[in-house]
Amino acid sequence: MAETLTIGKALNLGLRRAMEDDAKVVLMGEDIGRLGGVFRITDGLQKDFGEDRVVDTPLAEAGILGTAVGLAMRGYRPVCEIQFDGFVFPAYNQIVTQVAKIHARSRGRLAMPIVIRIPFGGGIGAVEHHSESPEAYFAHTPGLKVVAVSNPIDAYWGIQQAIASPDPIVFLEPKRRYWEKAEVDTGATPGPLFASRVVRGGDDVTVLAYGPMVKTALQAAEAAAEEGRSLEVVDLRTISPLDLDLVFDSVRRTGRCVVVHEAPVTLGLGAEIAARVTETCFHSLEAPVLRVGGYDTPYPPSKLEEEYLPDLDRVLDAVDRAMGF
Amino acid sequence: MSVSSATTEVVDPVPGAAAPHLPEQPDLVQLLTPEGERVEHPDYSIDVSAEELRDLYRDLVLVRRWDVEATALQRQGELGIWASLLGQEAAQIGAGRALQDGDVAFPTYREHGVAWTRGVDPLHVISLFRGVDNGGWDPVATAFNLYTVVIGAQCLHATGYAMGLQRDGAEHAALAFLGDGATSQGEVNEAMIWAASFSAPVVFFCQNNQYAISVPLERQTRVPLYQRAAGFGFPGVRVDGNDVLAVLAVTRAALAAAREGQGPTFIEAFTYRMGAHTTSDDPTRYRLASELEEWKLRDPIARVKAHLSRSGVADAAFFDSVEAEADELAKRIRTGTVEMPDPPGTAMFDQVYAEQTPPLAAQQAQFEAYQASFEGSEH
Repeated sequence: MAETLTIGKALNLGLRRAMEDDAKVVLMGEDIGRLGGVFRITDGLQKDFGEDRVVDTPLAEAGILGTAVGLAMRGYRPVCEIQFDGFVFPAYNQIVTQVAKIHARSRGRLAMPIVIRIPFGGGIGAVEHHSESPEAYFAHTPGLKVVAVSNPIDAYWGIQQAIASPDPIVFLEPKRRYWEKAEVDTGATPGPLFASRVVRGGDDVTVLAYGPMVKTALQAAEAAAEEGRSLEVVDLRTISPLDLDLVFDSVRRTGRCVVVHEAPVTLGLGAEIAARVTETCFHSLEAPVLRVGGYDTPYPPSKLEEEYLPDLDRVLDAVDRAMGF
Repeated sequence: MSVSSATTEVVDPVPGAAAPHLPEQPDLVQLLTPEGERVEHPDYSIDVSAEELRDLYRDLVLVRRWDVEATALQRQGELGIWASLLGQEAAQIGAGRALQDGDVAFPTYREHGVAWTRGVDPLHVISLFRGVDNGGWDPVATAFNLYTVVIGAQCLHATGYAMGLQRDGAEHAALAFLGDGATSQGEVNEAMIWAASFSAPVVFFCQNNQYAISVPLERQTRVPLYQRAAGFGFPGVRVDGNDVLAVLAVTRAALAAAREGQGPTFIEAFTYRMGAHTTSDDPTRYRLASELEEWKLRDPIARVKAHLSRSGVADAAFFDSVEAEADELAKRIRTGTVEMPDPPGTAMFDQVYAEQTPPLAAQQAQFEAYQASFEGSEH
């Protein structure tokens, strides 16, 4: 049952399996049908499941989310593809004002089992609005759940778990890692969706990352090991709700914590995590929680993105600063 | 019965030229004149029994009384705000009574008359305006969705729901409510594009009450609203929104067409908001008293009463009984409102998610502990 899959192919297979398992699953998005999506994540699905279940929509993101709400009210489980991160904002009103609140305002009478798939993050040399990290907007919105996958195994299982969830989920896909490969055992029993995971053990500094930055953090840990420093790397996996118990355990051992994400640092996930780690692990901390992220600028033109994006060296620089306290 | 499709003609192509609304309305569908005279229309006819006519009158009177009582309750501090439907009773009752079992309505925040036709308890609508909840009725059981305050969104919901109906092979329709102001919203335009592209069984019912709070119609459009439908590729029709029979006939025809797979229709119910936008509004700042006086002559209830009396379908005893029923309703609303309990503090944590998250559960526990810390204290 184990096969080598890219993140993109794992998502494709996961979507296929979810559609086979539940006839109410409907995929919606721009160019996802005949073309198979600009990243080919839905390749072949319209051919096999038909135009009613893999819907090439008009070019209107609010329309995608707004009609998804109506379909959910009718008992469907829409999976909406937003073509690129920067294109989600036309749908922002529907997501924040409607999708996130309908369960609460209907006192639970209307469920919104909607998955919003967003290829996010930079590093692909794209033009503007194609490289953004909008997760904090959604994590700040009660009623939504937000997850970010970093590898093919989580992509395969995560998309199925998100679709099966009764709550609306913003599902962030690390677009620059779509082609990363791993062995996926499609017969295995997956772990829970809303759980963080230690992906490399270590003793000196706890490094937290999610989505595309997990690989960067692991590379940093590899390089640090050569210098005799032991980094523990946690893949947060779930951004809302945060699952920090294992982070607290880790920080109590290491006394140092660095959070890495591509999004601008100010009021980003790192700010929330720093606050929580400080509240919970205050007496164990040997250094303040440090953040490595994008600068507080619009995402720059692609010739500058290497300077903007956190990389191995910037993570190691933060580790140095944490160790220097 | 077919839905007429209008040719698009730009009636007001010159910037600054006269507004497209009052008084020219060559395409207005009307079956009952303001004087209460039954008239025929080439495309729309309606056959209503004496009992149905009396029921429509009763609906109109009762929702107006509800509305008047709610306004009074707001003035007395019992409601935070109230959005009055005064003047739009016929548009809402006509549209609501056109719905059949299996159809679903998607309202804005003023559709109390439609709520009434769906059997929603007025107190459940009132509870929203009192600040007790965000709408206490069951949107599934009543087939009347929750109110939409950020207007426009509901048109997409109705369209999506209609796409679900199509996938289920269900011969029902969705009825989306909107106002003249909402026609400027991108989401409304997206909904019409989607509805047309997928030939979805949805009817867009626009109550053109002439004002978006203070901004008059001509700031929203340079063509009569019903003519916009042609640009999206489906029929548009303008109906006298103060004529309950015409609204009923036009909406029935549009819903039937939708159920039969003929796709969407846009209905412009030409009416007037006789009251303020809400109890927080002061319409004397932006419209002339003479305009209101003119519209009072087109009152949606007076014409039905005149018709009922003149045709001998109802007598004084009937009108008295409706008044008595209205008094009873007002009393029930007043008592129910005043006695409505505040929700428990923990209610805000309920149903944020279908599966509550551990961090939110922890916050709730913290809240409860904090509240409990005051128990037994004097302050």
